[in-house]
Amino acid sequence: MAKQLMKGNEAIAEAAIRAGVEAYFGYPITPQTELLEYMSKRMPELGRVFLQAESEVAAINMVYGAACAGRRVMTSSSSPGISLMQEGLSYIAASNVPAVIVDVMRGGPGLGNIAPSQSDYFQMVKMAGHGDYKPIVLAPATVQEAVDLTVLAFDLAEQYRTIVTVLLDGMLGQMMEPVELPAMRALPATPPAWAITGAAGRAKNVVVPFRLQADELEALNFDLQRKIADIARREVRFKEYFIDGANADKVHGDRAELIVVAFGAAGRVALSAVKAARQQGIRVGLHRPITLSPFPDERLSQLADEARGFLVVEMNAGQMLEDVKLSVGGQAPVRFHGRMGGQVPMPDDIAQEIEKLDGMTSRPIDHKIEGPVVLRAAVGPARKPETGRN
Amino acid sequence: MMHYDFVFSGFGGQGVLFGSQLLAYAAMEAGLHVTWIPSYGPEMRGGTANCTVVISDEEIGAPLVRHPSAVVALNYPSVEKYEPQVAPGGLLLYNASLVLRPPTRVGIHCVPIPASDVAAELGNAKLLNMVMLGALLQITGVLPIGTVEQSLEAHLPARRRDMLEANKLALRRGAELAQEPLVAA
Repeated sequence: MAKQLMKGNEAIAEAAIRAGVEAYFGYPITPQTELLEYMSKRMPELGRVFLQAESEVAAINMVYGAACAGRRVMTSSSSPGISLMQEGLSYIAASNVPAVIVDVMRGGPGLGNIAPSQSDYFQMVKMAGHGDYKPIVLAPATVQEAVDLTVLAFDLAEQYRTIVTVLLDGMLGQMMEPVELPAMRALPATPPAWAITGAAGRAKNVVVPFRLQADELEALNFDLQRKIADIARREVRFKEYFIDGANADKVHGDRAELIVVAFGAAGRVALSAVKAARQQGIRVGLHRPITLSPFPDERLSQLADEARGFLVVEMNAGQMLEDVKLSVGGQAPVRFHGRMGGQVPMPDDIAQEIEKLDGMTSRPIDHKIEGPVVLRAAVGPARKPETGRN
Repeated sequence: MMHYDFVFSGFGGQGVLFGSQLLAYAAMEAGLHVTWIPSYGPEMRGGTANCTVVISDEEIGAPLVRHPSAVVALNYPSVEKYEPQVAPGGLLLYNASLVLRPPTRVGIHCVPIPASDVAAELGNAKLLNMVMLGALLQITGVLPIGTVEQSLEAHLPARRRDMLEANKLALRRGAELAQEPLVAA
């Protein structure tokens, strides 16, 4: 199929339609409103359900209801709207029903602003609601990836009966890139066997967000944790650039000695910086997690065996940074460059951070003797002096 | 490696979005990688609108740039904003019909195109974006004008079909105006 030039928000909407979404419930909020607008036009054309709810709280509970009935369903919002959905998300998780959530993050905290941000990593990756569970979180860095991961989101949601979040930011939501859309899939012929569809002639299905007895609730928690562990074993995804033989370039064929870790929009900006630093002769590669949950911790731990140092780049104060540090486990220094409040990091700033990391790790240091050396750059637009070693 | 980053900037209604999107379509249809990103902040209301287009033969990293290789400025506020940001040796193409105080920065190519006047001569003031785009194509050589004309045929909205030939003419007029060789910056 010929490529089309599409805005991230609209491409996600069309991908969801082609993946067979049967119902969309949502409430407008910048910078994702084009997604809802697109759905409002296309879903009725196809005889499917579009409903603009009275609030995000209502929208997520409509999603919950449709999911319990075994319907392929989704919603989308942006940071403050996602905060309002937390209770419903937790109910969906407790009920073991599939749902796809798109979060086009904007600057926070509070009403914040409508500019791109990654400041809701903790909120979405660590839990997305109260209780004790983790959704699958997919983080696209291009409009094509947003399309592909939206389709994958529905597959994973149904396979594991879980929430799958497609987590992006205003920059990806608003930008246009060429995309190849998937073929239109048929809608599910019948709801799954566990769905609440009327119990005439069969035993009742029970789908509820509670277990009143502690032993029963603990058993539900064990089931959830087994599912999360199963997902962690099977569904880790990432993309690497210039890191080892297969994708290193011709100039510096060897394994990267420095690793930049960044996801989503920050990941693609970091790619420009990594290319520029390689032009300067620095052996640096990029690891871009695609699944933020499950996190590619094993791969990062493996890279830490040989890497001289890591640089984490995010559009927040250092949230994924914690997961990278846990994965690296003190085997190499981990630096951080972050922008907040809707500011997007620029490639030349990141390239300078790579040079600093190169400079400070090129001395022969035996980390195993000195213990973990963790250097954290000051966050902010202005050049700040080095903070030194902790 | 081929890599261009362009900023288009002007008042809302001057055709910044369509002009830059047309270039993005043409790049895609020529088989290149391309990103198009608008500024979607509150400044869009009543002020200047701008978008960034990156065209490359490799996977594109950052879709935003601090120092664009070329800026197409349709009004004076855009010249004011972007004159200091153009990459050294880069291009500042400006609408000389509206920009009465020309940019003065040394080390970049500042090229005046009387785009609004030319558009008026062609019978529709709204053609100024095509005049500027034609000039940009001519100076940078990023894509052949024919490729952009084909994309225009494919993507000009149905309600504007009657303007197809006028749009093509405006592209070619812009290219002609920019034909004189650049003086060294």
